[in-house]
Amino acid sequence: MTRLWDFHGGVKPDEHKTLSCEKPIAPAKLPPFLVLPFLQHIGESSAPIVQVGDKVLKGQIVAHCRGEDCSLLMSVPIHASSSGTVVAIEPRPVPHPSGLTAQCVVIETDGEEKWAERTALVDYSALAPEVVRNHIAKAGIVGLGGAGFPSHIKLKPEGIDTLIINGAECEPYITCDDRLMRTHPDDIIVGAQIIKHVLGGAKRCVIAVEDNKPAAYQALLDAAQEWVEVIQVPSHYPMGGERQLIQVLTGKEVGRAQFPPSIGIVVHNVETARAVYRAVQQGQPLVSRVVTITGEGVERPQNIEVLLGTPMHFVIDQCGRKPGIERLIMGGPMMGFALPHDDMPVIKTTNCLIVSGADEIETPHLAMPCIRCGACADVCPINLLPQQLYWYAKAKNFQKAQDYHLFDCIDCGCCAYVCPSHIPLVSYYRYAKAEIRASERERQKADIARQRHKFHTFRLERDKKERVARVKKQKAVVEKDKLAAIRAAVERVKAKKVKSEASSDE
Amino acid sequence: MIVAIAVLGGLALIFGLLLGYAGVRFKVEGDPVVDQIDALLPQQQCGKCGYPGCRPYAEGIVKGEADINQCSPGGKVGMLALAALLDREPKPLSSEHGVEQAQMLAEIDELNCIGCTLCIQACPVDAILGAPKHMHTVIAQECTGCELCVAPCPVDCIKMVPIPEAVKTWKWPYPGVQSTPEYSPCDN
Repeated sequence: MTRLWDFHGGVKPDEHKTLSCEKPIAPAKLPPFLVLPFLQHIGESSAPIVQVGDKVLKGQIVAHCRGEDCSLLMSVPIHASSSGTVVAIEPRPVPHPSGLTAQCVVIETDGEEKWAERTALVDYSALAPEVVRNHIAKAGIVGLGGAGFPSHIKLKPEGIDTLIINGAECEPYITCDDRLMRTHPDDIIVGAQIIKHVLGGAKRCVIAVEDNKPAAYQALLDAAQEWVEVIQVPSHYPMGGERQLIQVLTGKEVGRAQFPPSIGIVVHNVETARAVYRAVQQGQPLVSRVVTITGEGVERPQNIEVLLGTPMHFVIDQCGRKPGIERLIMGGPMMGFALPHDDMPVIKTTNCLIVSGADEIETPHLAMPCIRCGACADVCPINLLPQQLYWYAKAKNFQKAQDYHLFDCIDCGCCAYVCPSHIPLVSYYRYAKAEIRASERERQKADIARQRHKFHTFRLERDKKERVARVKKQKAVVEKDKLAAIRAAVERVKAKKVKSEASSDE
Repeated sequence: MIVAIAVLGGLALIFGLLLGYAGVRFKVEGDPVVDQIDALLPQQQCGKCGYPGCRPYAEGIVKGEADINQCSPGGKVGMLALAALLDREPKPLSSEHGVEQAQMLAEIDELNCIGCTLCIQACPVDAILGAPKHMHTVIAQECTGCELCVAPCPVDCIKMVPIPEAVKTWKWPYPGVQSTPEYSPCDN
């Protein structure tokens, strides 16, 4: 039995996983239109390389990262998830808490599902890690656990000794990883092997599964080889958090402003591992993902393999939409966010859609004053002081909030979950973080404006100087010409005189 | 007595030389307080404060000519930051130097632009692109919203528009305000 550690705090919310975890993953249906936003991950958005009217094939790149080599950038290309015609490149609503629009490529599908040329690296172990890593970057793979961090950034072989494949899936309602581990354990294992190779051969490779998924655990155990450990971890929210899982498995804490690779650990989600497997072994870029559609608002809650860009209403209809949907949440109930409507595409970070019926939603509690009970500090997995953060965020005292390490908060929602006064603590933290980031952006903009103004004044002065110099030079030339003309005239007169004298002498 | 005078005199000389050397070696170019104030100003270079730019205003504050409440683009937050830096009493923004408002963006009506280059000359951050008798346009990314280009335009084709909200710059609202609109199914 491998030794496990524990992390501070955490909660055990009702799971609601049985709603959707018992049915097999349904295959994707082809929607009439696919909407592909340019930004589906954390980092720089991609730039379109197709035009309206272009025919595209499944797996063809429609938006490339802004640069030659994607593997160097915090960006990944976006691929067409089915074959068809590009009918628009325009702003469309994207799944974001703001409900705002962003640039998207809209593809009208032709129903043929014709693949573009696929290049697989079947014998990847004979290739250099960089080659495989570039291949993964080109396949558009990002962390599919929900955050969407470009995977190739976490695949740099820089002294990594432990690779963790995260199958914890701690949030209530979500079961896409559970189903995936049950259905495709071999793919995940091969994916892990590829990741291990790219990382230059990690010494230890662990697949962690929460103990509320015994079937997934068994499936992985059956598929596992001796180089990989499959470990059951307690069901304890937020076990699936990168830092929490590392702490439970290794006993190491990732320091503030540090990333796991700095202590030799890399964590990838199980579905990311499968996407790596598909990219390397089958040459398929990331064009689909498993999405949990659950909640009382649909007749058949289940997991579906959805083509990226499929409109959400299309997927919800596939599960049997019930009348009277009250709320749509993307992600889990703890960390997800509500969407204003369902005319938005499924993107790389859409792991779950909770379609809530009327009976499912509790009437929102009125936030009462903080009674300083300290329950929030007891459950904070980062050991922060949520109460202090709350006071400072509420008072808009952002400097103080940062002094209390606001940016170490992972928005897990444990504090708000246990708050007896029902204070929306996470909303306060999100607000404060957004304000701080915005003022940082403004500061950067001001710095650029200062430089540009400096150059503007410098340019004006330089131009003035040049103009003066030019005028002076022209003046000098004119003077010179004038003198030369006078001299020439004098010469001419002299010559004339000499000539006339000579003629008079005759 | 003589020894004491010699020793003290010698010490005075040594320390005097040391101080003199340090004065030359660690000389600070310019006034660092001006830099600190300048770093807090929003760098719109709009001149609403009565000075021809942010740095001259910073110099004005240091000289005691200008007050800390004259920068309307910086707003109340900027004034408070200046008050904290200079350890002065915060005061409301002076009304004669403009009103605080969200940053805007200059937009040229390109159909009516006659290509006179007057706005290009007025722009303090070279954010307008164009050539004589050719259409001009604003580089939105670089525009600081100073409004200096609006007045010189002989055909009144420049107007200030609000900066469009984008996913990247969107901010979570203060809790208690409805964050997302109510769920409203579309007719698909």
